[in-house]
Amino acid sequence: MIRLEQVSKVYKTSTRPALENVSVQVDKGEFVFLIGPSGSGKSTFLRLLLREEVPSKGRVYVANFDLTRMARRRVPRLRQSIGCVFQDFRLLANKTVAENVAFALEVIGKPRHTIKKVVPEVLELVGLEGKAERMPHELSGGEQQRVAIARAFVNRPLMLLADEPTGNLDPDTSQDIMLLLERINRTGTTVLMATHDHSIVDSMRRRVVELDLGRVVRDDARGVYGVGR
Amino acid sequence: MRASFVFSEVVTGLRRNITMTIAMIITTAISLLLLGGGLLVVRMIDNTKELYQDKVEVNIYLTNDVSASDKECRADPCRGLRSQLESDPAVERVEFENRDQAYERFKRIFEAQPELVKLARPEALPSSFNVRLKDPDRPEVIIQTYKGKAGVDSIGDQSQFLDRFFSALNGVRNATFFIAGVMAVAALLLISNTVQLSAFTRRTEVGIMRLVGATRWYTQLPFLLEAVVTGIVGALVAIAMLVGAKLAFLDDVLAQPIKSGVVKSVEAGDLAFVSPILLLIAIVISAFTGYITLRLYVRT
Repeated sequence: MIRLEQVSKVYKTSTRPALENVSVQVDKGEFVFLIGPSGSGKSTFLRLLLREEVPSKGRVYVANFDLTRMARRRVPRLRQSIGCVFQDFRLLANKTVAENVAFALEVIGKPRHTIKKVVPEVLELVGLEGKAERMPHELSGGEQQRVAIARAFVNRPLMLLADEPTGNLDPDTSQDIMLLLERINRTGTTVLMATHDHSIVDSMRRRVVELDLGRVVRDDARGVYGVGR
Repeated sequence: MRASFVFSEVVTGLRRNITMTIAMIITTAISLLLLGGGLLVVRMIDNTKELYQDKVEVNIYLTNDVSASDKECRADPCRGLRSQLESDPAVERVEFENRDQAYERFKRIFEAQPELVKLARPEALPSSFNVRLKDPDRPEVIIQTYKGKAGVDSIGDQSQFLDRFFSALNGVRNATFFIAGVMAVAALLLISNTVQLSAFTRRTEVGIMRLVGATRWYTQLPFLLEAVVTGIVGALVAIAMLVGAKLAFLDDVLAQPIKSGVVKSVEAGDLAFVSPILLLIAIVISAFTGYITLRLYVRT
Protein backbone atom coordinates (compact mmCIF):
# COMPACT_ATOMS: atom_id res chain seq x y z
CA MET A 1 0.00 0.00 0.00
CA ILE A 2 2.79 2.40 0.99
CA ARG A 3 6.42 1.89 0.25
CA LEU A 4 9.23 4.36 0.81
CA GLU A 5 12.63 3.31 -0.47
CA GLN A 6 15.60 5.19 0.96
CA VAL A 7 13.77 8.44 0.83
CA SER A 8 15.49 11.70 1.65
CA LYS A 9 13.91 15.11 1.56
CA VAL A 10 15.87 18.33 1.80
CA TYR A 11 14.06 21.65 1.79
CA LYS A 12 15.84 24.48 0.06
CA THR A 13 15.55 26.71 3.10
CA SER A 14 17.04 24.21 5.50
CA THR A 15 20.50 22.72 5.87
CA ARG A 16 19.37 19.58 7.71
CA PRO A 17 17.31 17.09 5.72
CA ALA A 18 13.69 16.73 6.87
CA LEU A 19 13.88 13.03 6.08
CA GLU A 20 17.04 11.02 5.68
CA ASN A 21 17.25 7.61 4.10
CA VAL A 22 13.82 6.49 5.24
CA SER A 23 12.55 3.07 4.17
CA VAL A 24 9.12 2.01 5.37
CA GLN A 25 6.56 -0.41 4.02
CA VAL A 26 2.93 -0.47 5.08
CA ASP A 27 0.66 -3.25 3.86
CA LYS A 28 -2.97 -3.02 2.97
CA GLY A 29 -5.28 -2.94 5.99
CA GLU A 30 -2.59 -2.04 8.50
CA PHE A 31 -3.03 0.49 11.29
CA VAL A 32 0.20 2.42 11.84
CA PHE A 33 1.15 5.15 14.28
CA LEU A 34 3.78 7.60 13.13
CA ILE A 35 5.34 9.19 16.18
CA GLY A 36 8.18 11.49 17.01
CA PRO A 37 8.78 14.99 18.38
CA SER A 38 7.98 18.14 16.43
CA GLY A 39 10.37 18.57 13.56
CA SER A 40 11.10 14.86 13.35
CA GLY A 41 9.72 14.70 9.81
CA LYS A 42 6.19 13.34 10.37
CA SER A 43 4.53 16.08 8.34
CA THR A 44 7.03 15.70 5.51
CA PHE A 45 6.33 11.97 5.55
CA LEU A 46 2.60 12.58 5.10
CA ARG A 47 3.12 15.28 2.48
CA LEU A 48 5.23 12.91 0.43
CA LEU A 49 2.43 10.35 0.44
CA LEU A 50 0.00 12.99 -0.86
CA ARG A 51 2.56 14.18 -3.37
CA GLU A 52 2.46 17.65 -1.93
CA GLU A 53 6.22 17.20 -2.02
CA VAL A 54 8.51 15.06 -4.11
CA PRO A 55 11.50 13.35 -2.48
CA SER A 56 14.98 14.67 -3.08
CA LYS A 57 16.21 11.10 -3.24
CA GLY A 58 14.63 7.66 -3.21
CA ARG A 59 11.26 6.39 -4.31
CA VAL A 60 7.73 6.64 -2.97
CA TYR A 61 4.97 4.20 -3.93
CA VAL A 62 1.37 4.59 -2.83
CA ALA A 63 -1.38 2.22 -3.95
CA ASN A 64 0.49 1.14 -7.09
CA PHE A 65 1.33 4.72 -8.01
CA ASP A 66 4.97 5.56 -8.43
CA LEU A 67 4.86 9.06 -6.97
CA THR A 68 8.38 9.98 -8.03
CA ARG A 69 7.52 9.53 -11.68
CA MET A 70 3.92 10.60 -11.58
CA ALA A 71 2.66 13.23 -14.03
CA ARG A 72 1.04 16.23 -12.42
CA ARG A 73 -2.28 15.63 -14.06
CA ARG A 74 -2.53 12.22 -12.42
CA VAL A 75 -2.09 13.55 -8.90
CA PRO A 76 -5.86 14.08 -8.39
CA ARG A 77 -6.39 10.38 -9.09
CA LEU A 78 -3.91 9.51 -6.33
CA ARG A 79 -5.51 11.87 -3.85
CA GLN A 80 -8.94 10.46 -4.55
CA SER A 81 -7.71 7.18 -3.15
CA ILE A 82 -6.42 8.83 0.06
CA GLY A 83 -8.55 10.33 2.82
CA CYS A 84 -7.11 13.05 5.05
CA VAL A 85 -7.91 14.20 8.56
CA PHE A 86 -6.21 17.04 10.43
CA GLN A 87 -5.85 18.39 13.91
CA ASP A 88 -7.79 21.54 12.99
CA PHE A 89 -10.67 19.69 11.22
CA ARG A 90 -10.66 22.06 8.21
CA LEU A 91 -14.40 22.19 7.76
CA LEU A 92 -16.09 24.84 5.66
CA ALA A 93 -17.80 27.14 8.14
CA ASN A 94 -20.54 28.24 5.75
CA LYS A 95 -21.70 24.74 4.86
CA THR A 96 -23.76 22.29 6.87
CA VAL A 97 -22.42 18.95 8.03
CA ALA A 98 -23.99 17.15 5.07
CA GLU A 99 -22.78 19.81 2.63
CA ASN A 100 -19.25 19.56 4.00
CA VAL A 101 -19.21 15.84 3.36
CA ALA A 102 -20.94 16.18 -0.01
CA PHE A 103 -18.38 18.82 -1.04
CA ALA A 104 -15.65 16.21 -1.25
CA LEU A 105 -17.72 14.25 -3.77
CA GLU A 106 -19.04 17.23 -5.70
CA VAL A 107 -15.59 18.53 -6.50
CA ILE A 108 -14.50 15.23 -7.98
CA GLY A 109 -17.57 15.17 -10.16
CA LYS A 110 -19.63 12.41 -8.53
CA PRO A 111 -23.23 12.29 -9.76
CA ARG A 112 -25.85 13.81 -7.51
CA HIS A 113 -27.83 10.64 -6.88
CA THR A 114 -24.68 8.92 -5.61
CA ILE A 115 -23.98 11.81 -3.26
CA LYS A 116 -27.54 11.72 -1.96
CA LYS A 117 -27.15 8.07 -1.16
CA VAL A 118 -23.68 7.85 0.37
CA VAL A 119 -23.59 11.00 2.49
CA PRO A 120 -26.27 9.82 4.97
CA GLU A 121 -24.61 6.42 5.06
CA VAL A 122 -21.23 7.76 6.05
CA LEU A 123 -22.77 10.18 8.56
CA GLU A 124 -24.41 7.21 10.21
CA LEU A 125 -21.11 5.35 10.21
CA VAL A 126 -19.40 8.16 12.13
CA GLY A 127 -22.37 8.54 14.48
CA LEU A 128 -23.70 11.87 13.26
CA GLU A 129 -27.10 10.77 12.00
CA GLY A 130 -29.59 13.53 12.83
CA LYS A 131 -26.95 16.25 12.73
CA ALA A 132 -26.72 16.52 8.96
CA GLU A 133 -28.20 20.01 8.83
CA ARG A 134 -26.12 21.49 11.67
CA MET A 135 -23.44 24.06 10.99
CA PRO A 136 -19.88 23.22 12.12
CA HIS A 137 -19.84 25.91 14.82
CA GLU A 138 -22.86 24.27 16.45
CA LEU A 139 -20.90 21.08 17.01
CA SER A 140 -18.40 20.01 19.67
CA GLY A 141 -14.78 19.44 18.71
CA GLY A 142 -15.26 15.69 18.67
CA GLU A 143 -18.29 15.99 16.44
CA GLN A 144 -16.44 18.30 14.08
CA GLN A 145 -13.65 15.76 13.80
CA ARG A 146 -16.25 13.11 13.01
CA VAL A 147 -17.49 15.28 10.17
CA ALA A 148 -13.92 15.58 8.92
CA ILE A 149 -13.50 11.81 9.11
CA ALA A 150 -16.80 11.33 7.29
CA ARG A 151 -15.58 13.65 4.56
CA ALA A 152 -12.27 11.79 4.32
CA PHE A 153 -13.96 8.42 4.18
CA VAL A 154 -17.02 9.13 2.06
CA ASN A 155 -15.26 8.28 -1.18
CA ARG A 156 -14.11 4.97 0.33
CA PRO A 157 -10.36 5.64 0.05
CA LEU A 158 -7.83 2.85 0.20
CA MET A 159 -5.97 4.70 2.86
CA LEU A 160 -6.65 7.25 5.58
CA LEU A 161 -3.98 9.70 6.68
CA ALA A 162 -4.59 11.34 10.02
CA ASP A 163 -2.31 14.15 11.15
CA GLU A 164 -2.73 14.40 14.93
CA PRO A 165 -6.50 13.98 14.71
CA THR A 166 -6.87 14.03 18.50
CA GLY A 167 -4.54 16.98 19.07
CA ASN A 168 -7.37 19.37 19.87
CA LEU A 169 -9.58 16.94 21.77
CA ASP A 170 -9.94 15.86 25.39
CA PRO A 171 -8.95 12.26 26.31
CA ASP A 172 -12.51 10.86 26.31
CA THR A 173 -13.37 12.37 22.97
CA SER A 174 -10.00 11.23 21.63
CA GLN A 175 -10.88 7.71 22.66
CA ASP A 176 -14.14 7.93 20.68
CA ILE A 177 -12.30 9.16 17.62
CA MET A 178 -9.82 6.28 17.94
CA LEU A 179 -12.68 3.80 18.07
CA LEU A 180 -14.04 5.34 14.89
CA LEU A 181 -10.65 5.09 13.18
CA GLU A 182 -10.43 1.47 14.26
CA ARG A 183 -13.83 0.78 12.80
CA ILE A 184 -12.72 2.34 9.53
CA ASN A 185 -9.56 0.26 9.65
CA ARG A 186 -11.68 -2.89 10.03
CA THR A 187 -13.36 -2.12 6.69
CA GLY A 188 -9.96 -2.84 5.13
CA THR A 189 -8.81 0.76 4.94
CA THR A 190 -5.17 1.33 5.73
CA VAL A 191 -4.82 3.94 8.48
CA LEU A 192 -1.67 5.96 9.06
CA MET A 193 -1.86 8.31 12.02
CA ALA A 194 0.75 10.82 13.10
CA THR A 195 0.40 11.60 16.79
CA HIS A 196 1.97 12.83 20.02
CA ASP A 197 -0.60 11.16 22.20
CA HIS A 198 1.16 8.61 24.48
CA SER A 199 -1.92 7.13 26.02
CA ILE A 200 -3.59 6.40 22.71
CA VAL A 201 -0.55 4.71 21.26
CA ASP A 202 0.00 2.74 24.44
CA SER A 203 -3.59 1.55 24.69
CA MET A 204 -3.99 0.55 21.06
CA ARG A 205 -0.92 -1.64 20.77
CA ARG A 206 -0.55 -1.23 17.04
CA ARG A 207 2.45 -0.87 14.80
CA VAL A 208 4.56 2.15 15.71
CA VAL A 209 7.04 3.87 13.42
CA GLU A 210 9.11 6.46 15.26
CA LEU A 211 10.95 9.25 13.54
CA ASP A 212 13.67 11.39 15.05
CA LEU A 213 15.54 14.10 13.18
CA GLY A 214 14.30 12.66 9.91
CA ARG A 215 15.40 9.07 10.53
CA VAL A 216 13.39 5.99 11.42
CA VAL A 217 14.61 5.08 14.88
CA ARG A 218 12.03 2.40 15.67
CA ASP A 219 9.50 0.22 13.87
CA ASP A 220 7.62 -2.07 16.26
CA ALA A 221 4.80 -4.32 15.13
CA ARG A 222 2.93 -3.89 18.44
CA GLY A 223 4.56 -0.91 20.03
CA VAL A 224 4.05 1.65 22.73
CA TYR A 225 4.85 5.37 22.57
CA GLY A 226 8.20 5.05 24.21
CA VAL A 227 9.90 3.12 26.89
CA GLY A 228 11.21 5.14 29.78
CA ARG A 229 10.03 8.49 28.49
CA MET B 1 -18.15 18.30 -14.56
CA ARG B 2 -21.04 19.38 -12.40
CA ALA B 3 -22.26 22.64 -13.87
CA SER B 4 -24.50 23.55 -10.94
CA PHE B 5 -21.62 23.21 -8.52
CA VAL B 6 -19.29 25.40 -10.56
CA PHE B 7 -22.04 27.93 -11.10
CA SER B 8 -22.88 28.26 -7.43
CA GLU B 9 -19.18 28.68 -6.64
CA VAL B 10 -18.99 31.50 -9.17
CA VAL B 11 -21.99 33.30 -7.71
CA THR B 12 -20.64 32.93 -4.17
CA GLY B 13 -17.26 34.21 -5.23
CA LEU B 14 -18.66 37.26 -6.97
CA ARG B 15 -20.91 38.13 -4.06
CA ARG B 16 -18.15 37.78 -1.56
CA ASN B 17 -15.94 40.29 -3.34
CA ILE B 18 -18.80 42.52 -4.37
CA THR B 19 -16.89 45.82 -4.22
CA MET B 20 -14.04 44.40 -6.25
CA THR B 21 -16.53 42.91 -8.69
CA ILE B 22 -18.20 46.29 -9.20
CA ALA B 23 -14.88 48.05 -9.70
CA MET B 24 -13.95 45.41 -12.24
CA ILE B 25 -17.23 45.78 -14.11
CA ILE B 26 -16.94 49.57 -14.21
CA THR B 27 -13.39 49.68 -15.52
CA THR B 28 -14.09 46.95 -18.03
CA ALA B 29 -17.24 48.74 -19.16
CA ILE B 30 -15.52 52.11 -19.58
CA SER B 31 -12.63 50.59 -21.43
CA LEU B 32 -14.96 48.74 -23.77
CA LEU B 33 -17.19 51.79 -24.12
CA LEU B 34 -14.26 53.81 -25.41
CA LEU B 35 -13.16 51.00 -27.65
CA GLY B 36 -16.70 50.70 -28.96
CA GLY B 37 -16.85 54.46 -29.49
CA GLY B 38 -13.63 54.29 -31.45
CA LEU B 39 -14.96 51.44 -33.56
CA LEU B 40 -18.13 53.42 -34.23
CA VAL B 41 -16.07 56.38 -35.40
CA VAL B 42 -14.28 54.02 -37.77
CA ARG B 43 -17.63 52.84 -39.09
CA MET B 44 -18.80 56.42 -39.41
CA ILE B 45 -15.70 57.38 -41.36
CA ASP B 46 -16.20 54.47 -43.72
CA ASN B 47 -19.88 55.21 -44.22
CA THR B 48 -19.27 58.90 -44.74
CA LYS B 49 -16.48 58.22 -47.20
CA GLU B 50 -18.85 56.08 -49.18
CA LEU B 51 -21.34 58.89 -49.07
CA TYR B 52 -18.84 61.26 -50.64
CA GLN B 53 -17.11 58.80 -52.86
CA ASP B 54 -19.21 59.44 -55.96
CA LYS B 55 -19.81 63.10 -55.24
CA VAL B 56 -16.30 64.39 -55.03
CA GLU B 57 -15.49 66.62 -57.95
CA VAL B 58 -12.60 68.68 -59.16
CA ASN B 59 -13.66 72.16 -60.17
CA ILE B 60 -11.69 73.87 -62.88
CA TYR B 61 -12.51 77.57 -62.62
CA LEU B 62 -12.06 79.66 -65.76
CA THR B 63 -10.58 83.13 -65.90
CA ASN B 64 -12.75 86.16 -65.59
CA ASP B 65 -12.61 87.20 -69.25
CA VAL B 66 -13.45 83.69 -70.49
CA SER B 67 -16.32 83.57 -68.00
CA ALA B 68 -17.62 86.90 -69.28
CA SER B 69 -17.16 86.44 -73.04
CA ASP B 70 -17.89 82.77 -73.70
CA LYS B 71 -21.08 81.73 -71.92
CA GLU B 72 -21.78 78.76 -74.16
CA CYS B 73 -18.21 77.49 -74.33
CA ARG B 74 -18.11 77.75 -78.09
CA ALA B 75 -14.66 79.23 -78.57
CA ASP B 76 -11.17 78.41 -77.52
CA PRO B 77 -9.73 78.15 -74.95
CA CYS B 78 -12.97 76.93 -73.38
CA ARG B 79 -13.94 74.61 -76.20
CA GLY B 80 -10.44 73.13 -76.37
CA LEU B 81 -10.41 72.51 -72.62
CA ARG B 82 -13.76 70.81 -72.80
CA SER B 83 -12.81 68.41 -75.57
CA GLN B 84 -9.52 67.66 -73.85
CA LEU B 85 -11.32 66.86 -70.62
CA GLU B 86 -13.91 64.76 -72.38
CA SER B 87 -11.24 62.60 -73.96
CA ASP B 88 -9.14 62.40 -70.79
CA PRO B 89 -9.03 58.74 -69.62
CA ALA B 90 -9.05 59.81 -65.94
CA VAL B 91 -12.29 61.69 -66.33
CA GLU B 92 -15.67 60.13 -65.97
CA ARG B 93 -17.92 63.07 -66.68
CA VAL B 94 -17.54 66.76 -67.39
CA GLU B 95 -20.15 69.42 -66.86
CA PHE B 96 -19.78 72.99 -67.98
CA GLU B 97 -21.36 75.58 -65.72
CA ASN B 98 -21.40 79.19 -66.86
CA ARG B 99 -21.57 82.09 -64.45
CA ASP B 100 -25.35 82.50 -64.78
CA GLN B 101 -25.86 78.89 -63.79
CA ALA B 102 -23.33 79.31 -61.00
CA TYR B 103 -25.26 82.29 -59.77
CA GLU B 104 -28.50 80.31 -59.80
CA ARG B 105 -26.87 77.59 -57.78
CA PHE B 106 -25.42 80.12 -55.39
CA LYS B 107 -28.85 81.59 -54.84
CA ARG B 108 -30.24 78.15 -54.19
CA ILE B 109 -27.55 77.23 -51.65
CA PHE B 110 -27.87 80.46 -49.74
CA GLU B 111 -31.62 80.75 -49.94
CA ALA B 112 -31.75 81.11 -46.18
CA GLN B 113 -29.43 84.15 -46.22
CA PRO B 114 -31.02 86.65 -48.63
CA GLU B 115 -28.63 89.43 -47.62
CA LEU B 116 -25.75 87.32 -48.87
CA VAL B 117 -27.55 86.67 -52.15
CA LYS B 118 -28.26 90.38 -52.50
CA LEU B 119 -24.58 91.17 -52.18
CA ALA B 120 -23.50 88.63 -54.80
CA ARG B 121 -23.37 89.49 -58.50
CA PRO B 122 -23.16 86.97 -61.33
CA GLU B 123 -20.04 88.78 -62.49
CA ALA B 124 -18.23 87.73 -59.33
CA LEU B 125 -18.68 84.06 -60.08
CA PRO B 126 -16.51 82.24 -62.62
CA SER B 127 -17.61 79.66 -65.17
CA SER B 128 -16.27 76.23 -64.37
CA PHE B 129 -15.88 72.64 -65.46
CA ASN B 130 -17.15 70.29 -62.81
CA VAL B 131 -15.13 67.17 -63.37
CA ARG B 132 -16.02 63.83 -61.89
CA LEU B 133 -13.08 61.45 -61.76
CA LYS B 134 -12.97 57.76 -62.46
CA ASP B 135 -10.75 57.41 -59.38
CA PRO B 136 -11.85 60.03 -56.85
CA ASP B 137 -8.75 59.41 -54.74
CA ARG B 138 -6.38 60.77 -57.39
CA PRO B 139 -7.36 64.34 -58.18
CA GLU B 140 -3.71 65.39 -58.59
CA VAL B 141 -3.66 63.91 -62.13
CA ILE B 142 -6.19 66.45 -63.33
CA ILE B 143 -4.73 69.29 -61.29
CA GLN B 144 -1.27 68.78 -62.78
CA THR B 145 -2.53 68.53 -66.35
CA TYR B 146 -4.76 71.57 -66.38
CA LYS B 147 -3.09 73.94 -63.98
CA GLY B 148 -1.84 77.07 -65.73
CA LYS B 149 -3.46 76.28 -69.06
CA ALA B 150 -4.86 79.17 -71.01
CA GLY B 151 -8.26 80.17 -69.69
CA VAL B 152 -7.83 78.28 -66.41
CA ASP B 153 -7.87 80.48 -63.35
CA SER B 154 -7.69 77.97 -60.54
CA ILE B 155 -8.55 74.40 -59.72
CA GLY B 156 -10.55 73.49 -56.64
CA ASP B 157 -10.12 70.11 -55.13
CA GLN B 158 -12.98 69.09 -52.83
CA SER B 159 -11.13 66.01 -51.65
CA GLN B 160 -8.58 68.24 -49.92
CA PHE B 161 -11.27 69.56 -47.65
CA LEU B 162 -12.59 66.04 -47.08
CA ASP B 163 -9.12 64.84 -46.17
CA ARG B 164 -8.96 67.41 -43.43
CA PHE B 165 -12.40 66.41 -42.24
CA PHE B 166 -11.47 62.75 -42.14
CA SER B 167 -8.15 63.36 -40.46
CA ALA B 168 -10.04 65.12 -37.67
CA LEU B 169 -12.28 62.07 -37.33
CA ASN B 170 -9.23 59.82 -37.39
CA GLY B 171 -7.76 61.87 -34.58
CA VAL B 172 -10.89 61.36 -32.52
CA ARG B 173 -10.70 57.65 -33.25
CA ASN B 174 -7.03 57.40 -32.23
CA ALA B 175 -7.67 59.31 -29.02
CA THR B 176 -10.51 57.01 -27.99
CA PHE B 177 -8.45 53.96 -28.85
CA PHE B 178 -5.58 55.28 -26.78
CA ILE B 179 -7.72 55.95 -23.73
CA ALA B 180 -9.43 52.61 -24.24
CA GLY B 181 -6.00 50.98 -24.17
CA VAL B 182 -5.01 52.70 -20.93
CA MET B 183 -8.31 51.75 -19.34
CA ALA B 184 -7.84 48.21 -20.57
CA VAL B 185 -4.57 47.97 -18.67
CA ALA B 186 -6.37 49.12 -15.52
CA ALA B 187 -9.13 46.60 -16.15
CA LEU B 188 -6.56 43.87 -16.71
CA LEU B 189 -4.78 44.56 -13.43
CA LEU B 190 -8.10 44.66 -11.62
CA ILE B 191 -9.14 41.33 -13.07
CA SER B 192 -5.83 39.80 -12.05
CA ASN B 193 -6.11 41.30 -8.58
CA THR B 194 -9.67 40.11 -8.12
CA VAL B 195 -8.82 36.59 -9.17
CA GLN B 196 -6.00 36.53 -6.62
CA LEU B 197 -8.23 37.95 -3.93
CA SER B 198 -10.94 35.49 -4.77
CA ALA B 199 -8.53 32.60 -4.64
CA PHE B 200 -7.20 33.84 -1.32
CA THR B 201 -10.60 34.19 0.33
CA ARG B 202 -11.40 30.67 -0.75
CA ARG B 203 -8.08 29.08 0.08
CA THR B 204 -9.72 26.70 2.58
CA GLU B 205 -12.10 25.40 -0.07
CA VAL B 206 -9.35 25.16 -2.62
CA GLY B 207 -7.12 23.38 -0.10
CA ILE B 208 -9.81 20.80 0.57
CA MET B 209 -10.53 20.42 -3.11
CA ARG B 210 -6.90 19.66 -3.86
CA LEU B 211 -6.73 17.26 -0.95
CA VAL B 212 -9.71 15.18 -2.00
CA GLY B 213 -8.39 14.99 -5.54
CA ALA B 214 -10.34 17.57 -7.48
CA THR B 215 -8.84 18.22 -10.88
CA ARG B 216 -7.38 21.55 -11.87
CA TRP B 217 -10.50 22.33 -13.84
CA TYR B 218 -12.67 21.97 -10.77
CA THR B 219 -10.44 24.07 -8.56
CA GLN B 220 -9.73 26.80 -11.06
CA LEU B 221 -12.72 27.01 -13.34
CA PRO B 222 -14.83 28.95 -10.80
CA PHE B 223 -12.18 31.68 -10.60
CA LEU B 224 -11.80 31.78 -14.34
CA LEU B 225 -15.55 31.98 -14.83
CA GLU B 226 -15.80 34.76 -12.26
CA ALA B 227 -13.43 36.82 -14.35
CA VAL B 228 -15.28 35.96 -17.54
CA VAL B 229 -18.71 36.70 -16.04
CA THR B 230 -17.60 40.14 -14.87
CA GLY B 231 -16.05 40.69 -18.28
CA ILE B 232 -19.36 39.84 -19.95
CA VAL B 233 -21.33 42.05 -17.59
CA GLY B 234 -18.85 44.86 -18.26
CA ALA B 235 -19.31 44.41 -21.99
CA LEU B 236 -23.09 44.43 -21.65
CA VAL B 237 -22.91 47.64 -19.62
CA ALA B 238 -20.67 49.17 -22.28
CA ILE B 239 -23.08 48.17 -25.04
CA ALA B 240 -26.01 49.57 -23.09
CA MET B 241 -24.10 52.83 -22.65
CA LEU B 242 -23.35 52.99 -26.38
CA VAL B 243 -27.02 52.47 -27.24
CA GLY B 244 -27.99 55.01 -24.60
CA ALA B 245 -25.47 57.51 -25.95
CA LYS B 246 -26.87 57.09 -29.45
CA LEU B 247 -30.47 57.53 -28.39
CA ALA B 248 -29.91 60.24 -25.80
CA PHE B 249 -27.66 62.65 -27.57
CA LEU B 250 -25.73 61.45 -30.60
CA ASP B 251 -28.85 61.40 -32.75
CA ASP B 252 -29.77 64.92 -31.58
CA VAL B 253 -26.33 66.44 -31.95
CA LEU B 254 -25.80 65.03 -35.40
CA ALA B 255 -29.39 65.50 -36.57
CA GLN B 256 -28.58 68.62 -38.63
CA PRO B 257 -25.44 67.37 -40.42
CA ILE B 258 -27.08 64.01 -41.04
CA LYS B 259 -30.12 65.58 -42.64
CA SER B 260 -28.05 67.71 -44.95
CA GLY B 261 -25.98 64.67 -45.85
CA VAL B 262 -22.66 65.84 -44.42
CA VAL B 263 -22.09 62.76 -42.28
CA LYS B 264 -23.68 59.38 -41.94
CA SER B 265 -25.41 58.72 -38.67
CA VAL B 266 -24.57 55.85 -36.31
CA GLU B 267 -27.12 53.24 -37.26
CA ALA B 268 -28.50 50.38 -35.23
CA GLY B 269 -26.62 48.19 -37.66
CA ASP B 270 -23.32 49.76 -36.62
CA LEU B 271 -24.08 48.98 -32.99
CA ALA B 272 -25.01 45.45 -33.95
CA PHE B 273 -21.64 45.20 -35.67
CA VAL B 274 -19.65 46.59 -32.73
CA SER B 275 -21.46 44.83 -29.85
CA PRO B 276 -20.35 41.25 -30.55
CA ILE B 277 -16.79 42.48 -31.02
CA LEU B 278 -16.83 44.10 -27.59
CA LEU B 279 -18.36 41.00 -26.04
CA LEU B 280 -15.78 38.74 -27.63
CA ILE B 281 -12.88 40.96 -26.58
CA ALA B 282 -14.20 41.06 -23.02
CA ILE B 283 -14.44 37.29 -22.84
CA VAL B 284 -11.05 36.61 -24.39
CA ILE B 285 -9.20 39.18 -22.30
CA SER B 286 -10.80 38.26 -18.97
CA ALA B 287 -10.34 34.54 -19.55
CA PHE B 288 -6.74 35.03 -20.61
CA THR B 289 -5.92 37.30 -17.66
CA GLY B 290 -7.64 34.95 -15.24
CA TYR B 291 -5.77 31.98 -16.60
CA ILE B 292 -2.37 33.65 -16.46
CA THR B 293 -3.02 34.89 -12.94
CA LEU B 294 -3.98 31.44 -11.74
CA ARG B 295 -0.88 29.95 -13.31
CA LEU B 296 1.39 32.55 -11.76
CA TYR B 297 -0.05 33.09 -8.33
CA VAL B 298 -2.30 30.23 -7.30
CA ARG B 299 -0.84 26.88 -6.34
CA THR B 300 -2.56 23.89 -7.74
